[in-house]
Amino acid sequence: MARSTGEDAQALIRSLRSAYAATPKNLKIIDLYVAFAVSTALIQVVYMALVGSFPFNSFLSGVLSCVGTAVLAVCLRIQLNKDNKEFKDLAPERAFADFVLCNLVLHLVIMNFLG
Amino acid sequence: MADRRSMPVSLLAIIATLSIGNVVAASSVVHPVSDPHRSAAVELFTSAGRSLSLEETYEALRTFEVLGIGKAELRSDGCSSVLDVLKLASSSPKELYYALKVNQLSKCSSERAVFEVAASRLKAALSDVSSLLDYHYSVGGLVLIKDLSPDVDVALTDAKGTFQSIKALSQSDGRWRYGSNNPESSTYAAGVALDTLAGIVKLEDSEIGSSMISAVSNDIKKLFDSIEKYDDGTFYFDEKVVESLEYRGPLATSSVVVVGLSSFASATSEKIDIPGEVFSGLAKFFLAIGVPGDSKDLFYQINALACLEDNRVSIPLILSLPATVLSLSKKDQLKVRVTTVLGANSPPLKLKLRQALKSDSADISVIDSQELKHDSSGGFYYLDVLPDSIDVGKYKFVFQILLEDPEHKKSYATGGRIHVPIYVSGVVIVENAVISVLDSDLGTVDTQKKLDLDKQNDISLSANHLQKLRLSFQLSTPRGLAYTPHQAFLRLKHETKVEHIFVVGNSGKQFELVLDFLRLVEKFYYLSGKYELELAVGDSVMENSFLWPLGYIELDMPEAPEKAPRPPPVAADPHSRFEVKAEIQHIFRAPEKRPPEALSLAFLGLSFLPFIGFLGGLLRLGVNLKNFPSSPVPATFAFLFQVGIGAVLGLYMLFWLKLDLFTTLKVLGLLGTFLLLVGHRILSHLAATSAKMKSA
Repeated sequence: MARSTGEDAQALIRSLRSAYAATPKNLKIIDLYVAFAVSTALIQVVYMALVGSFPFNSFLSGVLSCVGTAVLAVCLRIQLNKDNKEFKDLAPERAFADFVLCNLVLHLVIMNFLG
Repeated sequence: MADRRSMPVSLLAIIATLSIGNVVAASSVVHPVSDPHRSAAVELFTSAGRSLSLEETYEALRTFEVLGIGKAELRSDGCSSVLDVLKLASSSPKELYYALKVNQLSKCSSERAVFEVAASRLKAALSDVSSLLDYHYSVGGLVLIKDLSPDVDVALTDAKGTFQSIKALSQSDGRWRYGSNNPESSTYAAGVALDTLAGIVKLEDSEIGSSMISAVSNDIKKLFDSIEKYDDGTFYFDEKVVESLEYRGPLATSSVVVVGLSSFASATSEKIDIPGEVFSGLAKFFLAIGVPGDSKDLFYQINALACLEDNRVSIPLILSLPATVLSLSKKDQLKVRVTTVLGANSPPLKLKLRQALKSDSADISVIDSQELKHDSSGGFYYLDVLPDSIDVGKYKFVFQILLEDPEHKKSYATGGRIHVPIYVSGVVIVENAVISVLDSDLGTVDTQKKLDLDKQNDISLSANHLQKLRLSFQLSTPRGLAYTPHQAFLRLKHETKVEHIFVVGNSGKQFELVLDFLRLVEKFYYLSGKYELELAVGDSVMENSFLWPLGYIELDMPEAPEKAPRPPPVAADPHSRFEVKAEIQHIFRAPEKRPPEALSLAFLGLSFLPFIGFLGGLLRLGVNLKNFPSSPVPATFAFLFQVGIGAVLGLYMLFWLKLDLFTTLKVLGLLGTFLLLVGHRILSHLAATSAKMKSA
């Protein structure tokens, strides 16, 4: 019935929020970073939709920078999450070093393609 | 069977054709030496404006001697300088040689004492000689002394040795070198060498064995193998290397070789195996120059022709025509002269006109072979009347000279079959010229006017665009055959000077042009009005080519529709098409539309918003720097790590702004190594610290 779905949705959201509050702070930082990157990408896409894709390489470069760094951050989050049995033996510093290195390489390529 | 039997027959035919020898198609007309040469000689040799050197005096005297001009034309005959040179003890062999040559022609002196001095000087020079030219002057001088004063002792000390040292300079291709230390071989030098060797034989023929002479004959044969030729049968000599400093040109080279060959042939009784066609070709080469404009060229030409005139091997006969354009209307006769190269009479011979080939059907002769009659008083051969089958047009007449005496056949060169281009012109008969206006569909005649194409006409016609204009006439040659002239045009010129030209086509004798105005309305740009008519019919062999105005035609064209092409503006000045044209502005690819700057800046600001949001979110989460190492060494490393990352990002900014990839990569290599080291230190330190905390 309509009322139960509305109440169910609210209940679902409440439970999600409380579960999320329990995540460790470093993972929350990473989630925030991902959100920042994706929203920047969205703004760039809206801009391109408005003015046309003339320097297409610049558009791609900007969007892929955001998307790439978001993907790398997600990979970092997977590696740092303690519930993830696969990466139990991986030192978090090592994961972070990988994240930094990959980002630097990504941004070199992006800067080259920016034009 | 049939093939086997026919093969020897055809082979025999081929051999027979080859043995006739002179199947070369020679097709240009040259003229023997004549009065223009004489007047040119006088002009060239006396216009120097300065006293001539001995060499130039000799050249002038020799040319005058051959052409039969009196020596008086040459103001001084150089005798004073001749005697000076002959008496002077320090004269070089070259000066003595030319002095003796001039002396021979102007007979300055015949004192024995003078010649003895000169002879001893020349003999001394021979023992100390180094180059071919020195040999030439010394030996030549001694030969001249022997001719002029037979009792002077001109015996060579070592004739055989001298002969062999000259022969040693010969090359395998028949050319000669100028000296033993000069590696270049030259055809000119070959001519000089042959002359010199002939001179040695003249001086001491007993000492020179026949084997040595036949060796030189072989060289001559090899030299003539390298002769060059043009397609029309002209032969000439030229050097292989034309960039050498001593290059003298084909005229001088051919002339010297001819002189050398003829003097060698006359000095020895050796059989020189060179075909007659080579001599005819050489004669053609010298005569085809016409009258040279330079005194030295004239000397080379005349001297060579004089040697060809009475050489022992083969004397060329020249066929020349005073006129190659024959008019049928004036009933011109075909006249041909056969002479030697210097214009002297030929031995008794028969001249046959073998073929007359029309220019458009070059294989079929329009006449049978016939003999030309000889006019002994004028010295030329002629045909009374041109055969009936010769009509107006361009022909190639093929002549052949047949010598009557078999002895003459051996000593004269007839040049084989000689092709001569002949133009036969005549009056082309124009008749039945009619111009008419026809109604287009039915073809009925609206108006018809007769034209008289011997003069200008002044007819006036009128037509509208539904009608046709028809012009017709007949052309025939004097012999009554059909004739197509080179040009047959009808021109219509409007009052506004716009003109149109049409070609009048023909089938056989009938020429006809039909202008269908219905189809031509657009071509005429819908212009109505008076059009002048002009008819042009012409050809190079048509004696009555004409361009007649015929009159006017009043054309009534419909109104021009909107999109009709306008007639091209006829410029007042016909040369205006060559004026400067308007400058063309080039349009390159249009630049892309860019968004307004305000919008771009707005979005720039907008894209910073998520970053601010990120920072705000971080603050809300309560990030702190508690884990930053407190002890100094790790702290510095941590600080350097952050600085390193910042530096790399700064490098990327610079890369985008102004650096190129290679510089960036170089710097990145350095920064990256630094960052790696620092990062490794700090991160391993942090890892160790957290492991301690966990275990603790």
